[in-house]
Amino acid sequence: MADRSPAPDTPELRERWGGFEFNESYRARADKAIARYPEGRQRSAVMPLLDLAQRQVGEETDTQGWLPLPVIEYVADYLDMPVIRVLEVATFYFMYNMKPVGKYHVQVCGTTPCMLRGSDGLFETCKKRGMKKGHVSEDGLWTLTEVECMGNCATAPMVQINDDNYEDLTPERLDAVLDALAKGEQPKTGTQEPGRHTSEPANALSSLPEMVDANHDYRKDW
Amino acid sequence: MLADKDRIFTNLYGFQDWGLKAAQQRGDWDDTKSLIARGHDAIIEEVKASGLRGRGGAGFPTGLKWSFMPKESKDGRPSFLVINADESEPGSCKDREIIRHDPHKLVEGALVAGYAMRARAAYIYIRGEYIREAETLQAAIDEAYDAGLIGKNASKSGYDFDVFLHRGAGAYICGEETAMIESLEGKKGQPRLKPPFPAGAGLYGCPTTVNNVESIAVVPTILRRGASWFSSFGRENNKGTKLFQISGHVNKPCVVEEALSIPFSELIEKHCGGIIGGKDNLLAVIPGGSSVPLVPAAQIWDAPMDFDGLKELGSGLGTAGVIVMDKSTDIVRAISRLSYFYKHESCGQCTPCREGTGWMWRMMERLRTGDAAIEEIDMLQQVTKQVEGHTICALGDAAAWPIQGLIRHFRPELERRIEEHNAKFAEAAE
Repeated sequence: MADRSPAPDTPELRERWGGFEFNESYRARADKAIARYPEGRQRSAVMPLLDLAQRQVGEETDTQGWLPLPVIEYVADYLDMPVIRVLEVATFYFMYNMKPVGKYHVQVCGTTPCMLRGSDGLFETCKKRGMKKGHVSEDGLWTLTEVECMGNCATAPMVQINDDNYEDLTPERLDAVLDALAKGEQPKTGTQEPGRHTSEPANALSSLPEMVDANHDYRKDW
Repeated sequence: MLADKDRIFTNLYGFQDWGLKAAQQRGDWDDTKSLIARGHDAIIEEVKASGLRGRGGAGFPTGLKWSFMPKESKDGRPSFLVINADESEPGSCKDREIIRHDPHKLVEGALVAGYAMRARAAYIYIRGEYIREAETLQAAIDEAYDAGLIGKNASKSGYDFDVFLHRGAGAYICGEETAMIESLEGKKGQPRLKPPFPAGAGLYGCPTTVNNVESIAVVPTILRRGASWFSSFGRENNKGTKLFQISGHVNKPCVVEEALSIPFSELIEKHCGGIIGGKDNLLAVIPGGSSVPLVPAAQIWDAPMDFDGLKELGSGLGTAGVIVMDKSTDIVRAISRLSYFYKHESCGQCTPCREGTGWMWRMMERLRTGDAAIEEIDMLQQVTKQVEGHTICALGDAAAWPIQGLIRHFRPELERRIEEHNAKFAEAAE
């Protein structure tokens, strides 16, 4: 089990986050999420709402965002749910951050398929740059987390940073991605292997060659 | 090798646009109305005849699963289709490619399958980490609504059908069907005891069928080309085409659609550029995602990649996530890392799994360095047997099997590490 608990409930926390509420744009997205579930089943929307709340906290703090207790209480109130039911959801799912994170949440996959392709070297790269698992770097830019399989095994090893994946990494390629982010640039997402498009055999396409240049319709060969 | 004209996922690699117009040019949403006009039972019969077995890991016949759904609602409860896009099994990365490159196959499949089982709506549960993929899928769903393909009078069929997307938030266990239903209801994803089975009481207490993304996305093509076309691939009881995902120590890791029962060697040589360092450098393969036991090189090389062929080797096809390990691999560490994965992902509900996964991982870490006694190998084996089959869901089994596979095939390696460690210790004591 992942061992997670909420950040301590302090007067400072209350003061900073006690008045949290969705802004107009997030409120609209929250209400749209709630409408996806049948009448009387609004609590189904607790996961999307926690995600939205975390994202708004992120925007307000220029980080990936996290879930302070008063924000969790706000979501509970929004859905008319007991706070404990929301808190147990927030602590159960790994993507809800229970404490503050940096501007960039560097999530390195360490599970076997990535390990076989060299994720050890990626952790080493992060370490050399001063990142430490579970900590925010001093400049507030980075938080390093080791995550479990992210489902990019054919383009391993990979790192997810906030909303984007960077795949087919080497220590050098990861350094280049992190350098770009540190400078405020947006590096190319997806595979970093030159000549590779997505998950096809790199530079050695073994099927569907007609699809590369045209939207081929194979039905005429049926 | 499977001919390109017989591949279902022609935009698998995303060279072309995923959008509705491009998808229609490739053949999706082509007269979906006539597919639906065949009727509920005719569709289920066709899928049964095609031999399609669930693509999410367990391999249960898809058409048979659908036939468990009630034919009429006696008490007014609606039925639901839940589509499992919570792809989290280490080694698996196929649903992601369908969702981001061919999402309309999934949305059309949802309508056709949902209609066949008389469902009112489909909920697609996508894992939270697939952030961009979820954006693409939501955009595809919106396109389909705007074009009248789903929603009221879907595809002018007279049938009303909604498709909703629900994002997870990072819990492997939600890929288990009843945990997924709990999660959809806004709770912790902890599996339910069965019975009642979801077909009787699932989402919101209503009849529910949970199917994998790939199982649903292939259905429209099966209906268009016929059951006999689909069943012309693969051995008896292992029919059809399948997305294989090859990771680890091959020269060209990739996702590729192939006929079931393709020999392992052909899959690797034709699509993956061979094993790194050549065939003789192969150590072992985990052929179906992390949950299935590994198979040593000598046994896997000529084996047919299908449900029964891999079962005969004491393993399984699972999701067809093929993890290849060459002789440079620290095999104990590779399996120990999987044990850590299961420890991390245990939901904590059942004691044998909650306590057992942590215990097994700690034991595996000691075996990795050899800091153990020979008898402890047997003790570990026993503990895996005490976890296996004694939990509500199959996560306990999934945590036990990789270790059992390691002990079965690599016991000499475990013993060698222990002896080496003890010898060093004895030297230091002298």
